[in-house]
Amino acid sequence: MELYNLTIHELHEKLKKKEITSLELTEVFLKRIDAVDGKIKAYITVTKEDAMKQAMEADKRISSGKDITPLTGVPISVKDIFCTKGILTTCASKILNNFVPPYDATVIKKLKEAGAVILGKNNMDEFAMGSSTENSAFFVTKNPWDTERVPGGSSGGSAASVSAGECAGSIGTDTGGSIRQPASCCGVVGLKPTYGRVSRYGMIAFASSLDQAGPMTKDVLDCAIMLNTMAGYDPQDSTSIDAPVPDYTKVLTKDMKGLKIGIPKEYFIKGLDSDVEKAVKEAIEVLKKQGVSVVDVSLPHTDYAIAVYYLVATAEASSNLARYDGVKYGSRAKDSKNLMDMYCKTRDEGFGSEVKRRIMLGAYSLSAGYYDAYYKKASQVRTLIKRDFEEAFKKCDVILTPTAPTPAFKIGEKTADPLTMYLSDIFTISCNLAGIPGLSLPCGFTKGNLPIGLQILGKPLDEETVLKTAYAYEQATDWHKKRPKLN
Amino acid sequence: MAITKKDVEHVATLARLALSEEETKLYTEQMGKILAYVEKLSTLDTKNVEPTTCAVSPSGIFRTDVIKPSLSQNDILRNAPEKAKGCFKVPRIIE
Repeated sequence: MELYNLTIHELHEKLKKKEITSLELTEVFLKRIDAVDGKIKAYITVTKEDAMKQAMEADKRISSGKDITPLTGVPISVKDIFCTKGILTTCASKILNNFVPPYDATVIKKLKEAGAVILGKNNMDEFAMGSSTENSAFFVTKNPWDTERVPGGSSGGSAASVSAGECAGSIGTDTGGSIRQPASCCGVVGLKPTYGRVSRYGMIAFASSLDQAGPMTKDVLDCAIMLNTMAGYDPQDSTSIDAPVPDYTKVLTKDMKGLKIGIPKEYFIKGLDSDVEKAVKEAIEVLKKQGVSVVDVSLPHTDYAIAVYYLVATAEASSNLARYDGVKYGSRAKDSKNLMDMYCKTRDEGFGSEVKRRIMLGAYSLSAGYYDAYYKKASQVRTLIKRDFEEAFKKCDVILTPTAPTPAFKIGEKTADPLTMYLSDIFTISCNLAGIPGLSLPCGFTKGNLPIGLQILGKPLDEETVLKTAYAYEQATDWHKKRPKLN
Repeated sequence: MAITKKDVEHVATLARLALSEEETKLYTEQMGKILAYVEKLSTLDTKNVEPTTCAVSPSGIFRTDVIKPSLSQNDILRNAPEKAKGCFKVPRIIE
């Protein structure tokens, strides 16, 4: 197998045994990006020189034999939503097309400290608002399995870069499914940790009570490796959880005896693609053979999740995005009559259509006279959704569902009607509203050879059982070994 | 509660967005559809339900007020569209 198709743990072994240097490996990935990114368009910025410098540092560390982590010298990519010191950070928006952060996000700092090599910044939906990467202000990322289709979103560039071998692993963010849905579309593993498990400091805010960063990788062990580095309390993020971080790789055993899996009937509905349904039901059978027991559970408020989400997330976004005013950073409209005119023009020119739509919706639902009917009502229904999970988890350890109702859709298929696009997040949104961890991993292919994702939801701060279940399934199948053919 | 073009114009002012005539028309229509969709929430009884504003809410996080090094003035101003004498420069506020 080509080096660029190997996993983080496989590359780590090669680096440790000195079969290859990090610099050589980094060059392999940079060459791969040169060869295929014209077609895939997963990167907004490739940081070739910085990557080579980081690789040389990593090589020194490896040859000294001290302080080597599983990420030391491993080339990864990061979503362009994370602030990277001295490196353009756009959030795929025109309003930040010249923004060079003076500091690193906490997760970037942690990855750098572990010795990871950062190859560049991935394309995404502008401000993480979207499910297809079509809302990027710059260009659309293509799905490596079928370049006429979307890679999912909003972390579409990250998912595509992992799938196409343009990096060993990546990090994305997930507000309503933005790690899991693109992972599902591109046939990779993606984990949204418990809200607060990973610091949000330096991660450009969309909806602060829902946003969470997580790994996107070629297999479950890689996912655990990256989470080990990313997780933990950060005094810079007052919502980060001050709880010990276990070694997530330690729990990856195939011993599944005694584990109970819940299947919610609300997730097997009309509109679910028949190939997706078949693959997920087969996955349940695979896990049964591993010794798990299966119970039916109910999440009765599932049908209300999208409505809640598009009120809560837009309200928070309208407040968070107030900071883009053309004063402190980012672009500024020319020829303004006065300050107010400058604000309004800067924001109209700088934000794309979906971002403006969400700011408008959020400002409306928070405005005088509508607050109780919309924002408050949605926050109350959010409580009901959270309670659904608390009840369900009394009967089981993890919940299994499809990640998305359909495989990757065609570019342009859903852009005309925002509501149709929103509905593609139907299975991923509740997890963010409840704050629980959720993972997507490959569980098969459609007749048209498109990847299908299996979603595993867990109890708050129980990433271990989520990863363990995913690992047991993965080890019994070989979907994670499939790579797209790119010619 | 159908949303009107006038509502959209009002919200655009609140949100500091100089929407074009075309955008105002489009958003009136699209927001109307989205708001009609979220109307389904009103069928639920939430009379005695506390709102959740943060799922895993660590409430009341305090820290001691200690002065720590921060970014330099130069670092902060580097991204400013316009600056003068160590300050952000903005268009005239008072006519």
